[in-house]
Amino acid sequence: MKLRNALIAAFTGVCVATPVLADLVFPALTYRTGAYAVSGIPQADGYSDYFTMLNERDGGIGGEPIKVVECETQYNTEKGVECYEKTKGLGALVYQPMSTGITYQLIPKASADGIPIHSMGYGRTSAANGKVFPYVFNYPANYWNGASAVVNHILELNGGNIKGKKIALVYHNSGYGKEPIRTLEELSAKHGFDLTLLPVDHPGQEQKSQWLQIRRERPDYVTMWGWGVMNQVAIQEAANIRYPMENFIGIWWSGSENDVIPAGDAADGYKALALHAPGMDFPLFDDMKKHVYDKGMAAGAGDQIGTILYNRGMFQAILAAEAVKVAQKMSGKADITAAEMRVGMENLKVDQAMFSNLGLPNFAPNLSVSCDNHGGAGLVAVQQWDAKAKTWSLVSDFKPTDMDVINKLITEDSSAYAKENNITPKCL
Amino acid sequence: MPAEFYYGVEVFLNGLMAGVMYSLVALGFVLIFKASGIFNYAQGIMALFAALTLVGFQEGQIPFSHLINAIFGTELHHFGWHMPAFFAILAALVIMIIFAWLVEKLILQHLVNQEPIILFMATIGLAYFMEGFGDLMWGSNVKKLDIGIPQGGNFWIEESTAFLGGPDFYGFYLDTLDIYATFIAAALVIALVIFSQYTKTGRALRAVADDHQAALSVGISLRAIWVIVWAIAGFVALVAGIMWGAKSGVQFSLSLIALKALPVLMLGGFTSIPGAIIGGLIIGVGEKMFEFLIGAPLLGGATENWFAYMVALVFLVFRPQGLFGEKIIERV
Repeated sequence: MKLRNALIAAFTGVCVATPVLADLVFPALTYRTGAYAVSGIPQADGYSDYFTMLNERDGGIGGEPIKVVECETQYNTEKGVECYEKTKGLGALVYQPMSTGITYQLIPKASADGIPIHSMGYGRTSAANGKVFPYVFNYPANYWNGASAVVNHILELNGGNIKGKKIALVYHNSGYGKEPIRTLEELSAKHGFDLTLLPVDHPGQEQKSQWLQIRRERPDYVTMWGWGVMNQVAIQEAANIRYPMENFIGIWWSGSENDVIPAGDAADGYKALALHAPGMDFPLFDDMKKHVYDKGMAAGAGDQIGTILYNRGMFQAILAAEAVKVAQKMSGKADITAAEMRVGMENLKVDQAMFSNLGLPNFAPNLSVSCDNHGGAGLVAVQQWDAKAKTWSLVSDFKPTDMDVINKLITEDSSAYAKENNITPKCL
Repeated sequence: MPAEFYYGVEVFLNGLMAGVMYSLVALGFVLIFKASGIFNYAQGIMALFAALTLVGFQEGQIPFSHLINAIFGTELHHFGWHMPAFFAILAALVIMIIFAWLVEKLILQHLVNQEPIILFMATIGLAYFMEGFGDLMWGSNVKKLDIGIPQGGNFWIEESTAFLGGPDFYGFYLDTLDIYATFIAAALVIALVIFSQYTKTGRALRAVADDHQAALSVGISLRAIWVIVWAIAGFVALVAGIMWGAKSGVQFSLSLIALKALPVLMLGGFTSIPGAIIGGLIIGVGEKMFEFLIGAPLLGGATENWFAYMVALVFLVFRPQGLFGEKIIERV
């Protein structure tokens, strides 16, 4: 019995406590199971496949092999925190929590542990202020850029005048869904449009009341901050009441193939914001095919390649890998630490020449991160769904958002956070 | 009458329709609880699994293709044919009957005479197993479910009622799918009532529901009855899965429709089929009217979920067995 216990203890110790030495470790808090798996799987696959390609093609980054450590969160905040605690000792360089709820919980923990967080296009918006949130990055754009991009798009469609227009926000009744409200209220005051707020409770399978209200009040435009099944139901309900799809604009988390396919042809013309280009028409995918897909090394079932959320997961990995290169250059060594990774992220600059070198010409806009600005330039495009071809296409360039309004809100919110938590804003 | 009044009527009608959709889910719970005293935590997953299977058959998807491809390096996905909806429904029903038989064989028969909490725990395990099994069998992507039932606002009703409330009233909005769901639910309840009242198996089922020991003593096979009840609950789950799946696509969050059934069960009682229907209608109308009159204008909206549970809680205080549930008096 003693021998058996000793063996179990030894085995458990090896499995749990052994740090992965001399690897660039990227914990991935994924959700491949549960109610939100549909959205979690493609992101997780894209994130993992890009790193696999770097390992296979280049032997890692700067000669240092990459290790992706997946931990299943089921999009559950408590499980996400458990995953963080379980993996942080493995030499984690950066966390991508893949959930706004988990991000909020990890901000104080990761800051105390000195491990950077990259919440790309989600999480706490005011974390863009790097002086208050030195370990949190949310480039290339945040929810407030998203809110402004929606309004800018509507302004463009109306010749710059939307005074008296009615815009409804259908949102997930959670911290995530409420993020754009403050910005939309500010923009409503600035441009003179009427804003109607329509919250939808989790999970969002029943939205009849909200869409009956939209049918009654006939807003000129509807924007949506949804996630998971809420997106599919909202698009179907919009089609049911024959709401014009080209006037329905979702955030980038409401704009994947999963969201529009269930509504079939009725979803044609639906728009969503975009942080990057859709599709597989990029030379990088030749390398991905040669070094990953053809070798049978694709993550998951390998059936998500080229989808919007797969590309987003890949984009997250690309930005992480580029930050590693910056960190390696600045520190002069290949096996960097989390602190050096943070410096790499804070000095990350990505331009079109770099995207072309990566095999992704015009995939995403230029990006420049600094201590003052962890949120990037906030450039956002609009994409539209073609139900017949079953493809998303960009219908605008990546355009600037109203940084006057957004920066003011970021300063207000981050200052309040700094005051609550006794943080003296400064560059590390 | 002002347009606002007619919009109130519209919300009321849509509440009734939503209530029917909740009842469809609640019925499956009631059937199993009535016959075996088990609160089947897996009912939502059963609806999901049934809908996944239906779409899988319709699209000619090869079951476990991801697993097969991973093991053998093949690239299998589809058989290359599309099964007509009617036959796909029949095939899905056969799978649900096999599922019922397996549940009895592998789980329930080993747990006879166990405490209800043990059986409940077993259904939790079953739910998680089914979630993973369904994923492995059919994949996790969102699937469009189309068995030919039209969706969207009914033009005829909309146009023929538009004159009622003046220029600000656009006619009553009723989703055609919900109208179909109402007729299907009515047919389902009538069929269940006829089955339980006028067939030998139905009477045996009621006997088991009334008293397990007495039913066993007159030669009724408890195990056979359990298989039948789980198969019927599987059929009800298939109907619920079709109706809800048509709205949102078939995906893993479909299992969360069980959340909408709980207040209905608390209100209607866990042992009454009419209770599931009436409870569903009360919850559907109540939550929609509350949202329309108070929730949206005064409380900022999104009141439906908590209002449904609040109504159910009020009923629990005054009538713990629910509207139509059986009052259990245990004497020492």
